Amino acid sequence: MSKMKQDQAGMTLIVKTITRLTVGLILLYGIYIVLHGHLTPGGGFPGGVIIALSFIHLMLAFGKETALKKLDQIRASLFESAGAIMFLSIASLGFVGGYFFLNFIGKGRPFNLFSAGTIPLCNIAICLKVGAGLFLIFVTLVVLSKMEER
Amino acid sequence: MLPLFVIIPLSVAFIISLIGRFYKRTGDILANLASLSLLILSISSLSAHHIGSVSVSVYKVGGWGGFPPLGIYMVLDGLARFMLITLNLVSALVALYSINYMEKYTSKYKFYILFMLMLAGMNGVIITGDMFNLFVFLEIASIASYALVAFGTESEELEASFKYAIMGSVSSSFILLGIGLLYSYTSSLNMADISAVLAEKGYSNIVAFISVLFLMGFGLKAALVPFHAWLPDAHPSAPAPISAMLSGVLIKVLGIYALTRIFFSVIGVGHIVLSLLMFLGALSMIVGVFLAIGQWDFKRLLAYHSISQIGYVILGLSLATPLGILGGLFHLFNHSVFKSLLFLNSGAVVYSTGTRDLQKMSGLKEKMPVTANTSLIASMSIAGIPPFNGFWSKLIIIMACIQANRLGYAFWAVLGSILTLASFMKVQRYAFFGKIKAGLKEVKEVPAMMRLVMVILSIICLVGGVVIIPQFNQVFLKPAVDILLIGKQYANAVLGAIP
Repeated sequence: MSKMKQDQAGMTLIVKTITRLTVGLILLYGIYIVLHGHLTPGGGFPGGVIIALSFIHLMLAFGKETALKKLDQIRASLFESAGAIMFLSIASLGFVGGYFFLNFIGKGRPFNLFSAGTIPLCNIAICLKVGAGLFLIFVTLVVLSKMEER
Repeated sequence: MLPLFVIIPLSVAFIISLIGRFYKRTGDILANLASLSLLILSISSLSAHHIGSVSVSVYKVGGWGGFPPLGIYMVLDGLARFMLITLNLVSALVALYSINYMEKYTSKYKFYILFMLMLAGMNGVIITGDMFNLFVFLEIASIASYALVAFGTESEELEASFKYAIMGSVSSSFILLGIGLLYSYTSSLNMADISAVLAEKGYSNIVAFISVLFLMGFGLKAALVPFHAWLPDAHPSAPAPISAMLSGVLIKVLGIYALTRIFFSVIGVGHIVLSLLMFLGALSMIVGVFLAIGQWDFKRLLAYHSISQIGYVILGLSLATPLGILGGLFHLFNHSVFKSLLFLNSGAVVYSTGTRDLQKMSGLKEKMPVTANTSLIASMSIAGIPPFNGFWSKLIIIMACIQANRLGYAFWAVLGSILTLASFMKVQRYAFFGKIKAGLKEVKEVPAMMRLVMVILSIICLVGGVVIIPQFNQVFLKPAVDILLIGKQYANAVLGAIP
């Protein structure tokens, strides 16, 4: 695709400039929500939604191609499955202590970032699954509506 | 080892979704291995049972200390064992059948992902001892089944799936609302604990309201008659193996199992609920078969018969006598065997001839002997002809009706059986007997794997009656009946079994 055509895709210059400034912050905020899931309100699901929103934001402002270049469908789908498998393996690793879903890592001091055993790891897995899943749902809707127009 | 029933199908589903895109055979191999190992696991769970006692084993998820309402529990009792065996038997055979049947669809691996997710959901519903977990697993199974109904992505299938999704969501909302109200009333989500708290707090109007919500929600999932409208669209539209799963086990696990578990063990069945269920069962029995008899679409006819046969199961269970519950559960097992066989037969006919319209087929017996003979056995089973398994369970249900002095219901059950026979004579006459049509001369029998599955299921139909002789009955059916008979004593049994 030529440079010219790519510039025309998406919304106006104002939106593109604002997006360029904010999209990194949104992504960072999503990561913050995920990593502090066990300490503050939030966790894997909301954090994953915010991370997916940053990619959706990119797609709305710059058009489909730009966002898919950063994260295409196949890779997103792999992330999604990997997130689910990771969550399931963390749960199954509890069998080393005798129980499914056992929190087998040391809990640490409360309110420290590195505490609460397997819960932050679970949050990361959920974030992968939810973020990639939500992004894929959005991409699918976009692709289907494009097919309708033709 | 109880969580394995959920871990195996879930992990296989996600592994297939990770690598199924690159290696074409992963889906076939992994899904069959998983469903086979689940079958072996569920059969081996029988050996833990001690004859003559109500044996319940409880698994603490996450190893939480303390007693309910803390923690999440998985419960394996007689009824759960019975349902696990029924479910995993059908699903293992269906997975084997899918190897050949699903070849004609693109992206077969996606089929296996959804199939395994549905299986995980149903296994979860059966073994969970927690109300909210029940809802979550129920949604996993339902949502996977919405997607599977639409798997062919033709307009008819999408429409059926949409209708199914809407009705399913309505029923799930009723169930969720019921669970929410129950939680606010009892401050617990553990089924046994809820049962104990309800017994302590006594009856109140909110419990009656919750019962109605559950009756509507699970009634929709089980397709009892006033709530049946989605089933005749959804079940025929799915690919044949999935039709077999939906009609064979899904409506029973999500509908009947959850309904009986909640009403018999948790809320407790009163006289009103039982007579309501009995009436709905008899209504489904008759309305289903009357609607079925005029159908010309092979799979649609079978779908209407599912409604009718579900009526028999509900009628038997709601008699709440030992004989009635035995008949209901036995018919549940038999129906899942012969109805999945019939759907697989219809799938074989579609596979070879490409049509589901009975008027367009004739004399297929000549070209497809295995399909024709197995479908004859299944038809005789569902119509209740001795010595096939359907005869014994219907006989027990009718005897139980007479024993409970419900002669009217016994009459309707007999009438329903006769009409079932009539409509299956129509199927046999139009599809398999008679002279072969000119356009069907080139038809071939289906591949070996599909034939094998149909033969295995028809053998189970033929010898299924032996389950009722005492030696088998004592390990397979009687523990399930006992759990339902003790009713709200279930709470003590589970709470007493917590390690």
